[in-house]
Amino acid sequence: MNRTMPPEFRVKIDQEKCRKCKRCLMSCSFGVYSFADRVIPDSNKCVACNRCVVMCPEDAITIHESPNVYKDHPNWPLSIRKNVWKQAETGGVLLTGMGNDRPYPIIFDHLVVDACQVTNPSIDPLREPMELRTFLGRKPDKLEMEMVGGKPRLKEKLPQNIKLEIPVIFAPMSFGAISLNAHKSLAMAAKESGTVYGTGEGGLHEELYDYGPWTIVQCASGRFGVHSEYLNAGVAVEIKIGQGAKPGIGGHLPGEKIGAEISRTRMIPVGTDALSPAPHHDIYSIEDLRQLIYAIKEATGYKPVSVKIACVHNVAAIATGIVRAGADIVYLDGFKGGTGAAPTQIRDHVGIPIELALAAVDDRLRQEGIRNQASIVAAGGIRSSADAVKAIALGADACAIGTAALLAMGCSLCQKCYTGNCAWGICTQKPELTRRLDPEWGAMRLNNLLRAWGHEIKEFLGALGVNSVESLRGSRERLRGVGLDAQTLDILGVKPAGR
Amino acid sequence: MTINAKDVYYRDLNERVREEIKKGAADVVLDNVNGQRYIADGLRGKATITINGVPGNDLAAFMDGPTLIVNGNAQDGVANTMNDGKIIINGNAGDVLGYGMRGGKLYIKGDVGYRVGIHMKGFKSQVPVIIAGGTAGDFFGEYMAGGILVLLGIGKKKNEPIAGGYLGTGMHGGVMYVRGEVDPRDCGAEVGILEPNEEEMAELSAYLKEYCKDTGHDYGRIMKEKFIKIYPKSSRPYGRLYAY
Repeated sequence: MNRTMPPEFRVKIDQEKCRKCKRCLMSCSFGVYSFADRVIPDSNKCVACNRCVVMCPEDAITIHESPNVYKDHPNWPLSIRKNVWKQAETGGVLLTGMGNDRPYPIIFDHLVVDACQVTNPSIDPLREPMELRTFLGRKPDKLEMEMVGGKPRLKEKLPQNIKLEIPVIFAPMSFGAISLNAHKSLAMAAKESGTVYGTGEGGLHEELYDYGPWTIVQCASGRFGVHSEYLNAGVAVEIKIGQGAKPGIGGHLPGEKIGAEISRTRMIPVGTDALSPAPHHDIYSIEDLRQLIYAIKEATGYKPVSVKIACVHNVAAIATGIVRAGADIVYLDGFKGGTGAAPTQIRDHVGIPIELALAAVDDRLRQEGIRNQASIVAAGGIRSSADAVKAIALGADACAIGTAALLAMGCSLCQKCYTGNCAWGICTQKPELTRRLDPEWGAMRLNNLLRAWGHEIKEFLGALGVNSVESLRGSRERLRGVGLDAQTLDILGVKPAGR
Repeated sequence: MTINAKDVYYRDLNERVREEIKKGAADVVLDNVNGQRYIADGLRGKATITINGVPGNDLAAFMDGPTLIVNGNAQDGVANTMNDGKIIINGNAGDVLGYGMRGGKLYIKGDVGYRVGIHMKGFKSQVPVIIAGGTAGDFFGEYMAGGILVLLGIGKKKNEPIAGGYLGTGMHGGVMYVRGEVDPRDCGAEVGILEPNEEEMAELSAYLKEYCKDTGHDYGRIMKEKFIKIYPKSSRPYGRLYAY
C-alpha cells in the first residue's frame, strides 16, 4: 500500500444501528467494505460518492472529511501535495473527471437580472402565454416574398433549423464516457421535453436511432461510428473541435471499456484503445473546416452543422471563422465544462470562462454583421435556470447542460468518472453497475429538471416584462454586474449595478 | 448515363448524381469534371461512377458502397471516413487520403501527398485497403488503427525516399507494406519493421493483382522487388500514460 497517500474521507459505521444486511458491500463499487462479523470500512478507498449512505436502510453510515491534519501551508494545500505524491508513486499523468474544481471566480454569480417595477408591468407566466420555443440554425439575411396564386410565399427555402421547446439542450457525452442507460435516459427526456441531446464521439447505439429527431450526432477527430446512415440519423451534425474541460487535447477511451456494445457502436475491435487525435487531421485551417462542414452538408441533405469549440483566448476570432466557414451553430464550451476523463492540469489551467467567451463571440459576430448566420450554444458551467437566463441575456441562443444532467440522473460529483467505477451506473460500462440506472427513472428526473427550469425561466421573463425568450436574447441591458472590475464589465457589455 | 460537368456548380452536379442514382442508374459517367468538390459524399448503394477529369476535394467522403473510377488526378481528402466501396484513381492524388477510413478500397496509380491513411481503422469484416503506386509525403499511416496501407514506389528516382517523415507515428493497429526500404529514423517510435511472411505476402499479392488489373500496372514487375512490413509494436501505445 502507498503509505504516503492520506485518505480523503473517513467512513464511520454506527455498529449499533447496523443490522449487517451488507447492502453497503453490494453498493460500493470502489471496494471500501469488507465483512468479518461486522462491516469493516477501508476509508482509504472511499471517494464520497454516497451510494452506500443512500442504500443503507438503517442510516448507519456517515462519511466525514478525514480528520487527519497535515501542517498547513498556503502554497502547498493537501490537494497539491497529494498530486506530487501520486506522480512520484506512478510516474503518470494525473487524471480527473467532471469540471474544473479550482476556486476561480464564477462570473455568473456576479451578474444580476433586472425586473419591472411600477412603470412597465411585469407578466404573470402562470396566466399569460410565455414563449420559450427556440430555433437553432442559420437565419436568412432577409426574407423575400412573392405572390403565388394570390397568396404570399417565401421566395427561397429557409435553411433547416432545430426546433426546441426550451432553450436548454443536453450536452454531448459519448456512449463510452457514459453508459447506454444514461444515453437512453437523455434520449427519452429530450423527446419528452422537446429538446435535443448530443451523441458525443461514440457513435449512436442501434436502439437509439428511433430518437433521431431529438439527437445531434457528432463527428470528432477519431470518427468513431461515423458513417452515412449515422450522419443522417439526427437533426444536425456536430463537428467537435474542442471541449472546455480539455481544450486542445484528444481523448483516450482505454481498451478495458471497449466491450461488445461499445465496439459495435464505435465500430472498433473489442479491447483496443479508442484514440481520438487532438486535432482533426483533415482540419488545419478555416478553409479545411469549411470543407468538412460542406462534405457533411452534401452527405446529409444540408442539415444544420454545429461546430463545438473550447473557449480559449482568441475565441471571438475563431468563432467568426467558424461562422464564415458555414457552421449553422457555434457551440462554446467554457473552461468549467465537465469531462469523463481529462488530465487534471489541463482541466484546471487551460481555457477561459464561458461568460466572457460568450459575450466576446456575440459582440464580434454582431460587429461583423453575421450574427444571424449561426446560433450560439453556451455550455461549460450552466448550473441553474438563472445561469441559463444570464447566458441568454449575454447572447446565447440556448444553453447546454452536461453536469447538471448527470446530477439529475443520480451523480454525486465524486469526480471519479475516469475510473469507470461509477456507483450510480452513469459513467461506467460494467454491466453490474450500468443496470443501476433505469432509463425510465433517469428520463423522468431529467424531464423534471427541465420542467422546473422552464417554469423558472418563464418567471424571469415575466419579471422582465417580456413574453418571449427571443426578447431577452442578447439583451445585456437587462443584466448588471456586482463586484466586477471595469474591464470585465466592458468585455461583458454589462453596466455595474446602480448605473 | 452521362452528365457533362463542364461549368456545373458542385452542388448542382452532386444533386444530379444523387438523383440519377436514386432513379436507378447503375453506371454514371461524369465528363469534363474540373475541381467540383464532394462528389459521391455519403452515397450508398452499388452504383459505378466514372469521373473523367479532376474531381475536387473530399471525393467520396463518408461513401458507403459505390465504385468510383477517376480518369485523371484527384485532389485532397479522397475517401474521408469512407465506410465501404472502391475508388480507382488513374493518376496522382493529394493530401489526407483515407482519413479515418473504415472499409473499402482506394487504389491510386501514382504518387500521394501528405497525411495519407491517418487513423485508418478496421472493424470485423471491414478491412480498408489503400494502395499507392508511387511515393508518399510525411505522416503516412499516422495513428493507424486498422486496415492495410501499401506503398509501391513505382517511378521513384534513385536516392529519393519512398515516404516522408513520421511514418506510422502513433500507429496502434493494421499493417503497412512498403516496396523497398524506409529509414527507421523516418518512422514513428511506435512501429517495428519486419519481412512479411508467406501468408502475408499471399494476402498482399491478392490485393496487388486486383490493383494492377484496375490501374494497368505490371504485376510481375512490381513483385520483382522486396516488400517490408511495418507493424505497430503495441495495440495500446498510451496504455501506461496515466496515474489513476
